[in-house]
Amino acid sequence: MKTLRKALALLFPTLLSLTVWLPILLIVGGSFMGVAELLEDLGPVLAGEEGFARWSLLPQYPTLRPYVELLLDSPQFFVMFWNSVKLAGGILLGQLLVGAPAAWGFARWKGKLQNLLFTVYIVLMLMPFQVTMVSNYLVLDGLSLLDTHLGIILPAAFSTFPVFIMYRFFCGIPGAVLESASLDGANELQVFLYIGVPLGGAGIMSAMVLGFLEYWNMIEQPLTFLHERTLWPLSLFLPTIVADKAGLSLAASVITLLPAILIFMLGQRYLEAGIKAAGLKE
Amino acid sequence: MLGSKRSGRRKWTWFWFVLPSLLGVAWFVLLPFTDVVRRSFSQTMNGVFVGLQNYDTVLHNGAFLQAGGNTVRFVLICIPALIVLSLLVALALYGHPQQAGVFKTTFLIPMAIPVASVVLLWKVLFHQNGLLSAFLDGLGLQGMDWMKTGFSFWVLVVSYIWKNLGYDMILWLAGLSGISPSLYEAAAVDGAGKLKCFTAITLPNLLPTLYTITVLSFLNSFKVFREAYLVAGDYPHSSMYLLQHLFNNWFADLDMDKLCAAAVLVGLIIFGLILLLRRAWEGEGEL
Repeated sequence: MKTLRKALALLFPTLLSLTVWLPILLIVGGSFMGVAELLEDLGPVLAGEEGFARWSLLPQYPTLRPYVELLLDSPQFFVMFWNSVKLAGGILLGQLLVGAPAAWGFARWKGKLQNLLFTVYIVLMLMPFQVTMVSNYLVLDGLSLLDTHLGIILPAAFSTFPVFIMYRFFCGIPGAVLESASLDGANELQVFLYIGVPLGGAGIMSAMVLGFLEYWNMIEQPLTFLHERTLWPLSLFLPTIVADKAGLSLAASVITLLPAILIFMLGQRYLEAGIKAAGLKE
Repeated sequence: MLGSKRSGRRKWTWFWFVLPSLLGVAWFVLLPFTDVVRRSFSQTMNGVFVGLQNYDTVLHNGAFLQAGGNTVRFVLICIPALIVLSLLVALALYGHPQQAGVFKTTFLIPMAIPVASVVLLWKVLFHQNGLLSAFLDGLGLQGMDWMKTGFSFWVLVVSYIWKNLGYDMILWLAGLSGISPSLYEAAAVDGAGKLKCFTAITLPNLLPTLYTITVLSFLNSFKVFREAYLVAGDYPHSSMYLLQHLFNNWFADLDMDKLCAAAVLVGLIIFGLILLLRRAWEGEGEL
């Protein structure tokens, strides 16, 4: 009876889970299909054939062909992959170098000016890209950074969201620990580096995990500021792989998915902590 | 005296930590935005001051009104739906900590899946000859090219919920675990039933969480443009033509007058909403 009730309570989330696992299975399964099988299944959609498309859960004739073709014969895929790595890596590095000290400053320094500035940071964090798009364009144009990776990296490096997340974690460090360090004659930079960073490490990790998932999936900024297609990240380039290369497209989807899933699995703890940190009442 | 001088200097030490970030924010966002505000009152071609004329143009622009209306409709439908659904899932999981882990992972995964990876699947799903049509055909019903009908709006709603369910669920679970068990114990002693406990203890105690969930869900709702754009391009079916599309298209046309005025308008509305929600939230706190 008890197990039955338990099973019933979990039935709803279990059904919902299918909406997550099924697409992943379909994409991964599809990526191991040969061109012939894919065309047969998806022909009605991709090639305008009669009838309806099918999508089998498992390939009938599994093959690594799409991966071989993608990894060995598609140099532009590598270019896009490295573009993604470069953009996400550059942005995260910037957020770390600029954002962490700022979060530390806000967490340690209380006053009217601090309060005002931090409110500005929160408001900016909540503004969607579209609101700051024109202003962003004006600066990048002025600095001749349009159509460069730096033009995407720099504005994002100064994003206020990671500052907010790290701030929440730094605030959780007990004041007594910091005071005792100051009394021992450590200067502020030393307190930050040797106490703040290790004790607030979870916050830094949270900001980085959330950031990676965000920027690996970046669409708006490159779409707006990068006209040169060779500079595009995978997230923008992938959908342009044309229909007749469905096999390649699926293999590329899986490879795009992999780093995000990897970071997700390694950092799920930090991801959850970061989401909670953004949600706690001040 | 030495002490006060020392602390006076220390007071400003923090500022040096914030300074690099502040300079960047000012340089890349704040200063250019003041420039946008200035431009919104003038003509781009010759810089002549035109007062509120650009705003007037934007507010009478058919595309802006339609996109704005769609965006409001989208937000009003998908945010309550997401909030209720994620609360239901969180409540279902809260009583089962052993199983909760697997489900947390499951519902967070969509956050990590790049939109680009699922675009092909999506296209196959909603094509005229796609999987959804095939399914309906099996039931003897007529399919259609779903993304070219008003149905596409609902596809967008579902995809938003799919992507953000885990995020909101984590926030709800955090809120739930913040409620002291002693409250429930006391209520049980008083003979309160399950439903009574839920309406009298769980819901009121979750109100602070509701504020942040609403704000963060709203913020994330703008990112649905990614799905919309990658699947349906610059000009999707009119029911899912959102403000994000409009900004994108005006930008492509370098329609600076309208763009600046629209950016200021949307920015002001969002700013107002944040303040409003914050006030409502603080009001709740006093009760």
